[in-house]
Amino acid sequence: MGAITLTRYLASRIGQALLASFGVLTIVFFIMRLSGDPTLLLVPEGASLEQIAQLRHELGFDRPLGMQFLSYLGDLARFDFGESLVQRAPVLGIVAERVPYTVALAVGALVVALGLGIPAGIAMAVWRGGIVERALSGFVLAGQSLPTFWSGILLILLFGVSLRWLPTSGSDGFASLVMPSLALGIVAMSTFARMTRISVLDELSRDYVTAARARGLSRGGAVLRHVLRNAAIPVVTIAALEIGNLLAGAVIVETVFAWPGIGQLAIQSIQSRDFLVVQAIVLFVSLVYVFSSFLADLAYVVIDPRIRMGR
Amino acid sequence: MSQVLAIENLSLSIAGARVVDGVSLSVAAGEVMAIVGESGCGKSLTAAAVMRLLPPAVRQEAGSIRLAGVDIARLRESEVRGLRGRRMSMIFQEPQAALDPLSTVGTHIAQSLRQPLHRVRAEVLRMLDEVGISDPARRIDQHPFELSGGMCQRVMIASALIGRPELLLADEPTTALDVTIQAQILDLLRKLARERGTAIVLITHDMGVVADIADRVAVMYAGRIAETGPVDALFAAPRHPYTALLLASIPRLTDVPKSVLAVIPGRVPGAAEFGPGCRFAGRCPLTEPRCEAEPPPLAPIGDGRATACWRWEQMV
Ligand SMILES: Nc1ncnc2c1ncn2[C@@H]1O[C@H](COP(=O)(O)OP(=O)(O)O)[C@@H](O)[C@H]1O
Ligand SMILES: [Mg+2]
Repeated sequence: MGAITLTRYLASRIGQALLASFGVLTIVFFIMRLSGDPTLLLVPEGASLEQIAQLRHELGFDRPLGMQFLSYLGDLARFDFGESLVQRAPVLGIVAERVPYTVALAVGALVVALGLGIPAGIAMAVWRGGIVERALSGFVLAGQSLPTFWSGILLILLFGVSLRWLPTSGSDGFASLVMPSLALGIVAMSTFARMTRISVLDELSRDYVTAARARGLSRGGAVLRHVLRNAAIPVVTIAALEIGNLLAGAVIVETVFAWPGIGQLAIQSIQSRDFLVVQAIVLFVSLVYVFSSFLADLAYVVIDPRIRMGR
Repeated sequence: MSQVLAIENLSLSIAGARVVDGVSLSVAAGEVMAIVGESGCGKSLTAAAVMRLLPPAVRQEAGSIRLAGVDIARLRESEVRGLRGRRMSMIFQEPQAALDPLSTVGTHIAQSLRQPLHRVRAEVLRMLDEVGISDPARRIDQHPFELSGGMCQRVMIASALIGRPELLLADEPTTALDVTIQAQILDLLRKLARERGTAIVLITHDMGVVADIADRVAVMYAGRIAETGPVDALFAAPRHPYTALLLASIPRLTDVPKSVLAVIPGRVPGAAEFGPGCRFAGRCPLTEPRCEAEPPPLAPIGDGRATACWRWEQMV
C-alpha cells in the first residue's frame, strides 16, 4: 500500500515538473521570436529584399509563429534541436560541449556552499548567542551581500594577481576551477547557513529535545541523534531550489572568469540572437531544475518516514 | 520514611522576578505527590529544576534539591546526565511532541539504557508490554505518527521507567489526552509506582486528577506553595482559601465552604506585580491588612499538613 502511494506521489511530481519545463520553453520561444526576425542576422550585407524573403522562406520563418512552435516541438520530440544559425552546426553538439564545464562549476560551487554553509549554520544554532555565532554571522552577511561579479573580481585580485596562487581565468584544470566555484558558491553558502541555522534552532526548541536530554543524552547527543535529521528536511528543499540559482549565477561567474560553460554560451547566443541555442540551454536548465527538485522529493522519502508511509 | 526527593526552599528567577519562591516538598518511594495549581504558577519550572533542565533564562537563586540525599544543583553536568533516565526520569504534557518524529519507538526507549536498540531489544519489548502496549513486536519499530496520543504517552512512560529510576516527574501527563485515556494512563502510573516503588511527582492543574491518583498534594499559587498535606484530609477540609477555590471548581465536591469563595474576582498576578505580602491577597475573600504586608510562611498545622495563610483558623 505504501509503495503504490509512493509511486503515485513521485509520478505526479515528475508530471508537474515536465509541465513546468514545457511552460518555460514556450515563454522563451515566443520572447525570442518577438524580439526580432533572426533572418536579418543571417543575410550577407547588401542582400536584396527578394534574397531575404527567399532565406526566410527556406528557414520557415515566414510561417505563423504557432506553426513554427509546433514544428519545433515536433523536432524536439525526435531529439532534433536544430542547427545554430550562427555557427552552422548542430545545436546539440554546441551545447553538449559546454555542459561539462558548467556541471563542474556547479558541483564545485555546491561543495563550497554545502560544505561550508551547513556546518556554519549548525554551529550558529548550537552555540547561539556566543562568539561563534557572531563571528560566523559576519561571514554569512558578507557572503550574501557581495554581488557575485564583485566577489569574483576580489578573488581574482587576491589569489590571482596579488598572491599568484591561482590562474585568473580560463579552464586549465582543477586550479582554474577553484575561484569560480568560490565566487559562485559564496552566495549559496550564505543561504544554506541561514536556512540551516533557522531550521536547527527551530528543532532545538522542540519538546523532543528536552525529552531526549531527560533520558540522559547530552545536548550534543540530542543534536546528532535527533535534531539534525529533522532540521535537514527544509534544508533539502532549499538545496534543490539553490541548484537553479547556481545555474543563473553561473552566467555571471563564467563571464567574469572566462569559463567556457553554458552560461557564457547563453550570453553569446543571446547577443547574436542564436535562438535555437538559447532555447536548448533554457530547456537544459529547466530540466536540471526539475530533476533536482525530483531528487529533493526522493531525499524526503529517505529522510521522513511520514512521507514513506504515504501520510 | 526515607525521602527519594527532597526539595528545600527552592527559588527560581527570570530576569530578577522570583517565579518560584521558597518551594519545599518531598516524596517517598512508592508515593505519588501531586503539585497542583493554575497555569503559570511555576510547576513545570520546579520539575525542570529537579532534572536540571531549566531554560537558559531561568536561574536557581536558592535552595537544595536532593535526590536520595545528594544535592543535584551541586553536581557537574556529566554527573547529572548520569542520573537522568536512570535514577530520575520525566514525561511530558504533549507525548507526541516529546517523541522525535523520525525515530522509532524502540530507539527512544533504548536511549534511557544507553544502549543501541539491537542489544536491549528483548528488554524494550518487555517494557512495552508492561506499559500496556499490545503487539510490542510490531510497535517497537513504528514511528510516533503511527501511534495515538495515549499510546505515545505509554511509550514515554516505558522510556522513563525502563532504567528503573527512583523518581518519575510527570508534567501534566494526561492533559492532552481524551478523558477515557486519561484514566487509563493515571491507573498505569499508579500501578507502576506501587509495583516498582517509584516515587512520582505528578504535576497537574486538575484537582480531579489529584483526587484520582495522589497520596499527597502541594497546592501552588504564583510560585509559592499555598498548602500541602495528604489528599484526603486536604480535600475534606482545606486550610487555605485558594485550595478551597480550586476544590469548588470540581462539581462533585459539595462540602466546600462555597459561601466564602463562591466568586473569586481577579487573576493570578504576573511576576512583575508581586507585592511584599501573600501573593493571593488580591483575590482572597479573607484578606486583612497583614496579608498585604507580610508573606505568611508555610507553617505546619498537624497531621502532616501545612498552610501558608495567616487566617487559616478562620476556615476551621
Ligand atoms: N523559558 C522561559 N522563559 C521565560 N519565562 C518562562 C519560561 N518558562 C516559564 N516561564 C515563566 O515562568 C513562570 C512559571 O512557568 P511554568 O513553570 O511553566 O508554569 P506552570 O507549569 O505552572 O504552568 C510563568 O510565568 C512563565 O511565563
Ligand atoms: Mg507547565
